[in-house]
Amino acid sequence: MSSSVVKSGITLAAIAAVCTALVAITWQLTHERIAENQQLMLERSLAPALAGLEFEGRISESMLLIPPPHELPGQDTAIVYRVFADQQPVAALFAVTARDGYAGPIRILVGISYAGEITGVQILEHRETPGLGDRIEARRSDWVYQFDGHSLGDPPLSGWALQRDGGQFDQLTGASVTPRAVIKAIRETLVYFAAHREELFTAPASEAAE
Amino acid sequence: MNNNRFMERIKVGLWRDNPGLVQLLGLCPLLAVTSTFVNGLSLGIATLFVLCGSNVLVSATRRWIRPEIRIPIYVLIIASLVTCIELVFKAWFPSLDRSLGIFIPLIVTNCAIVARAEVFASRHPVGASLADGIGMGAGFTLLLAAVGFVRELIGHGTMFAGLDLLFGGEPMPGLVLADGGWLLAILPPGAFFALALAVAGKNVIDRRRVKKNSTAGLGGRLPR
Repeated sequence: MSSSVVKSGITLAAIAAVCTALVAITWQLTHERIAENQQLMLERSLAPALAGLEFEGRISESMLLIPPPHELPGQDTAIVYRVFADQQPVAALFAVTARDGYAGPIRILVGISYAGEITGVQILEHRETPGLGDRIEARRSDWVYQFDGHSLGDPPLSGWALQRDGGQFDQLTGASVTPRAVIKAIRETLVYFAAHREELFTAPASEAAE
Repeated sequence: MNNNRFMERIKVGLWRDNPGLVQLLGLCPLLAVTSTFVNGLSLGIATLFVLCGSNVLVSATRRWIRPEIRIPIYVLIIASLVTCIELVFKAWFPSLDRSLGIFIPLIVTNCAIVARAEVFASRHPVGASLADGIGMGAGFTLLLAAVGFVRELIGHGTMFAGLDLLFGGEPMPGLVLADGGWLLAILPPGAFFALALAVAGKNVIDRRRVKKNSTAGLGGRLPR
């Protein structure tokens, strides 16, 4: 083997070691803050779907992972955060995925009180068209707030659709695929909640996946 | 390297050889994240840090690096720096990290960085390479911020919205001039239009300068 190959190999290995050390040190310095930030970000993103309900403990510690197959929207693992007060179930927050949006999956947080009423809906992630479909975001329009207080019987199941489709809920001008997908996901979540309420609140918390 | 030449190098990056306007490098992030001023500015700053770091490291190690392995080494250096920057963003600017998303890790693929390593840093001393990194990085940042500013103004009708992403604190709506705007500006074509206008604008300014210089008898070298 020629010595130049060996030399090149050594140089590469040395630089790789230095670069790895650099990344390792940065990770050491930041990983606690990052974990904390993610925790905070999660709690902050959950809060609007709770409509100011009183609760105790950290919501993120009551997480329940529901692996597929399940009847919730989306084929991936659904996340449910249970909210308790005085050991009594208060509400459940579902993080589910609508697969039938206009541009990729839409992550939706649906809050449902123990009695079955919507406490709040938040869009967590989406790639819908700016200016049209992105008005499902709470900071762009009031559209997502129209579901608050409604439940599976109010309106009846057939009413859980856009007005254009014979339902009860407002549409968004210039966008129909996006709001339709969101409403469908909320409806499916409500149906799932009604069918599985008791087992949802009694199941032990899942370990957080790293 | 004396101060004058240092400043000269920075000016080259800022204007004469601006990576976005003249070399037309790094257009992917330029077109993708510049829907608002704050996004453009932040990605620009992240790129600036990576560029300075990679230029300094490449320049400092240039004597030991054989030409045949230089590309994997550039990739190693740039990838580790980007990972570090990403961790720093996640730790101290979490909301910015969310808003820029995949484009922070994608700084790795910004060809402006590997181009400066290959063209400049591997042939010049550390000081000059640092100046080149600052100049090119700042030039890129200013362009991103300017394109973001124009697109945000026309597309959303706001100025400097969401500066809280960068500085923390309460959400800042910025200056709201209109409720909504011309949608096209925030859609991808808007980025192409804004960039085209910026490139055209630079060419016009350069032409004018040449004309002025030649009428003043200084000789009209067409700037690159």
